Amino acid sequence: MASRMFAATRKGLMEYRRNGTNWDHARTHFIGDPVANLLVDDRDDALYAALDLGHFGVKLHRSRDGGESWQELDPPKYPKGGDGAPSLVLLWTMAAGGPDQPGRLWAGTLPGGLFRSDDHGETWSMVESLWNMPDREKWFGGGTDVPGLHSICVDPRDSRRIAIAVSCGGTWVSEDDGESWRVCSHGMWAEYVPPEAKFDPVTQDPHIMVQCAAAPDVYWVQHHNGIFRCGDNLESWQEVTGVPVSNFGFAVAVHPHDPNTAWFAPALDDAARYPVDGKVVVMRTKDGGKSFDVIREGLPQNQAYDLVYRHGLAVDDTGNELLMGSTTGSLWFTADGADSWTLVNAHLPPVYAVKFG
Amino acid sequence: MATVHFTAHLDGIAPTEPLKVDGETVVEALSHVWPLYKRLRGYVLDDQDRVRKHIAIFIDGNLIRGNAALSHPVSVETEIHVLQALSGG
Repeated sequence: MASRMFAATRKGLMEYRRNGTNWDHARTHFIGDPVANLLVDDRDDALYAALDLGHFGVKLHRSRDGGESWQELDPPKYPKGGDGAPSLVLLWTMAAGGPDQPGRLWAGTLPGGLFRSDDHGETWSMVESLWNMPDREKWFGGGTDVPGLHSICVDPRDSRRIAIAVSCGGTWVSEDDGESWRVCSHGMWAEYVPPEAKFDPVTQDPHIMVQCAAAPDVYWVQHHNGIFRCGDNLESWQEVTGVPVSNFGFAVAVHPHDPNTAWFAPALDDAARYPVDGKVVVMRTKDGGKSFDVIREGLPQNQAYDLVYRHGLAVDDTGNELLMGSTTGSLWFTADGADSWTLVNAHLPPVYAVKFG
Repeated sequence: MATVHFTAHLDGIAPTEPLKVDGETVVEALSHVWPLYKRLRGYVLDDQDRVRKHIAIFIDGNLIRGNAALSHPVSVETEIHVLQALSGG
């Protein structure tokens, strides 16, 4: 059971500590600064915070003492190029390598680059095998001006197997530690392109992808126009149909021990991006998407405009506790697998990401 | 040679007092500041050494937009202010 939880927000990184059945705000790191995401590295308990300073660019900070102090590190850099060469726009997600790869970190960014560090974030190198793929030219921005790499799944069976997801660039997998890549979004379809391009795996918009730790053949994606599940180790995806409330949203969390249990935070549609009827709900399936519970207990059911971003829903190692943060600054916690939720704070800045740690 | 001033918002990253540095252009002048303040360059310039979108460089009180500021000539009398643009707020 985690002793801490974090909310990365527009105005700092909020840290909470467990107090019995409640959570107490312990401190705010980087107060006033936008914190895009946080990595809690379970291998050595290091924390990595990705800041998105409006004027001064993307910054990366590491703490090796549980957040008592932070050290600023050089963030990933795009290779030097000519006019129009890309620069780092956002450090959107970070992932720890396997237990057999001490110091290995992965970083997903806008405008779409994947970076690797083998020294605990001291230095970074671009994964050029991905960046230089001809198909990468087909990627485009979804909700942002440029493509964004937001999901990195390091396979618990083999640390050299990495799967990523890009908005809008589909899902990709490397079996050789990032040396080569193949697209693996077959079965997804897109409603936002002409019919001829509907099934192009390279231009799908997976809003986020997660992998079940105990059954790593199973992945879930909350896609721009639906929910997709893969049960065959990224060979194919099947759309989950009959989804109640809405099949649009950004977040999904999968139970770490049960590949058939997953949670979603739906919104009306891509044009509106607010809860259906102004009522915040969580959808939960326990049977691989055949049926869903629509959970409302503890969540606002009147005039609520909370949107949960793609990194705004997290599940702990037990699968019983979840944390959810919204664009309007609400933070909710559940200890019973989402049967009911408790409001932690209704007045935070916009929440970009939540983590247990 | 020119005198460079940095926004107080960069306290801890940049010099807090005006700094006199050599150089015939703004970029040359700044190149003498970077080694003294390890993290500063990345706060002012992006990965491609372009002026960040929401950084404003004033030369003798005049805002010179974007990369044009970097090649602007300077003299011993020149005052360079590196500020955060309100556009980024």
